[in-house]
Amino acid sequence: MRLQAAAVKLGYGDRTIVDGLDLGVEPGTVTTIIGPNGCGKSTLLRALGRLLKPQGGEVLLDGKRIDRIPTREVAKVLGVLPQAPTAPEGLTVADLVARGRHPHQTWYRQWSSDDESAVAEALAMTGLADLAERPLDELSGGQRQRAWISMALAQGTDLLLLDEPTTFLDLAHQVEVLELVRQLHHAAGRTIVMVLHDLNLAARYADRLVAMRDGRVISAGAPHEVLTEELLREVFELDAKVIPDPVAGTPLVVPIGTHRRS
Amino acid sequence: MSATAVAPRLHGIRHRRLVVLGTLLAALVAGVVLSITIGSKAVPPLDAWHALTAPTGTESDIIIRSLRIPRTALGVLSGLALGVAGALMQGHTRNPLADPGLLGVTQGAAFAMVASIMWLGASSLLAFIWFGLAGALVASVGVFALGMVGGRGGPTPVTLALAGTAVSAFLYALTSALVLLDEQAMDVFRFWQAGSIAARGPDVVWQVLPFIAAGLVLAMVNAPGLNALSLGEDVARSLGQNIALTRTVGVAAVTLLSGASVAACGALAFVGLIVPHLARPLSGTDHRWLLPYSGLIGAALVLIADVIGRVVAPPGELEVGVVLALIGAPFFVALVRRRKPVRL
Repeated sequence: MRLQAAAVKLGYGDRTIVDGLDLGVEPGTVTTIIGPNGCGKSTLLRALGRLLKPQGGEVLLDGKRIDRIPTREVAKVLGVLPQAPTAPEGLTVADLVARGRHPHQTWYRQWSSDDESAVAEALAMTGLADLAERPLDELSGGQRQRAWISMALAQGTDLLLLDEPTTFLDLAHQVEVLELVRQLHHAAGRTIVMVLHDLNLAARYADRLVAMRDGRVISAGAPHEVLTEELLREVFELDAKVIPDPVAGTPLVVPIGTHRRS
Repeated sequence: MSATAVAPRLHGIRHRRLVVLGTLLAALVAGVVLSITIGSKAVPPLDAWHALTAPTGTESDIIIRSLRIPRTALGVLSGLALGVAGALMQGHTRNPLADPGLLGVTQGAAFAMVASIMWLGASSLLAFIWFGLAGALVASVGVFALGMVGGRGGPTPVTLALAGTAVSAFLYALTSALVLLDEQAMDVFRFWQAGSIAARGPDVVWQVLPFIAAGLVLAMVNAPGLNALSLGEDVARSLGQNIALTRTVGVAAVTLLSGASVAACGALAFVGLIVPHLARPLSGTDHRWLLPYSGLIGAALVLIADVIGRVVAPPGELEVGVVLALIGAPFFVALVRRRKPVRL
């Protein structure tokens, strides 16, 4: 296991959101966490990325307790991209991506040729080289999200946690970002854990789906095992048909609800 | 575009930043020359050079060595300190209108000076400044501690600003009450409060130099952490940055810099507030460049304001604090009108 949550209890203050949850992330896989709003999926991701300290249980990175490893060492193997991050106005793409090199720099050695090639590579990989000198706030939503992912790439970690990387994006840009994620996975065998809202895209781009409700894992496994009509009823309280995606063959969710007949 | 084609562009950005740094340094040197040569007695540059390198005790030698050089040095130090402290403060609070005075240093120094005159019989300028420095440090530590109450993992920008405002208001009330009771304290206080770098002498320069030097070093050490922090606490933490430590180092640097400056020169209005806005268009949002740019611009600004103060009202002088307020206020209004202050 690359990353593991063992009987974690998570919450903010007195409010417990997740209690006694176990989850393991296999190396070299794309794991996607799905679940209704407030089910604790983002909270779990934050704990996996040591942004939230568990109230009980532990998170293990490569078998070692993550809170016992110096945070800067963690930052060299594990990158986290929170939901809808904000940048100061006027920050350029190149500057943002360069900040991904932070864990590799010391106060006396701020910039090395390693940093330079990592930044150049991250920019090229995300297709942002031509936009390097543009301020982030002049970019489209999809480009901006790619810039943040590019920063996480420059960090040079082979483990990436992405919290709803497609929020606020239209469908075309969602696909663009997820194609990039898949490419990162294929090109360098990175291990990726992400939280997604769109079930069909989740099924399309994940090796493994984890469905959560009320702070518990209801089902975990390959998309076609997890995404069933019974699970949708249990987890989302949604009546839906699940048919094979005509393009990829992965499960496709068609909600029933009330509808028009032609 | 391939990775190898991006590298030269990154080089270009770096090169441009060094050129700007050189230009600002040249501007500061020009300010120093003006500050040494211009005054109620103008000293030609050649005579000034003579006074610096081979003094023979002529009138201009004495003016330059005992008056103008300490005055210029104090102007450079306080300008550097306030420019850097202002940029740090705005970065840490993510508030473009934040000022180093927000930590309570100005009112802390004022209260300690007045109290030292009234109750401890302090009488020399050197003694006042020690008390002012101590007062600034204590007030800022108090604000920091208050800002931590109820928060997890160090004070947040909001609690810091609230605590700073409350402590400043409280100390200001105490100081006002004290100076009304004591005429001698009132005189000293007024002299200090106007904000001046004149008539301080070389002792004062040596007195505050170590504090400002330490503050500048801490500020530069803090710059990369502040860059990470400006992307939000979650991103900073995921980049391996210790948030509480970064905030603490930042507050310590602001305290040393603005505390030393305010103790030595009084309140130099607007420097900490305006200078970062002048530096930001040149440096972008990278604090490793924003801080040195702000320092150099701050120093040049204080010197130029001081020179203006020497020549506008002959035979008298206008204190640099007054000139800065007169230039600063309309300048700031123009800045706000021309471009919305940036979101940090």
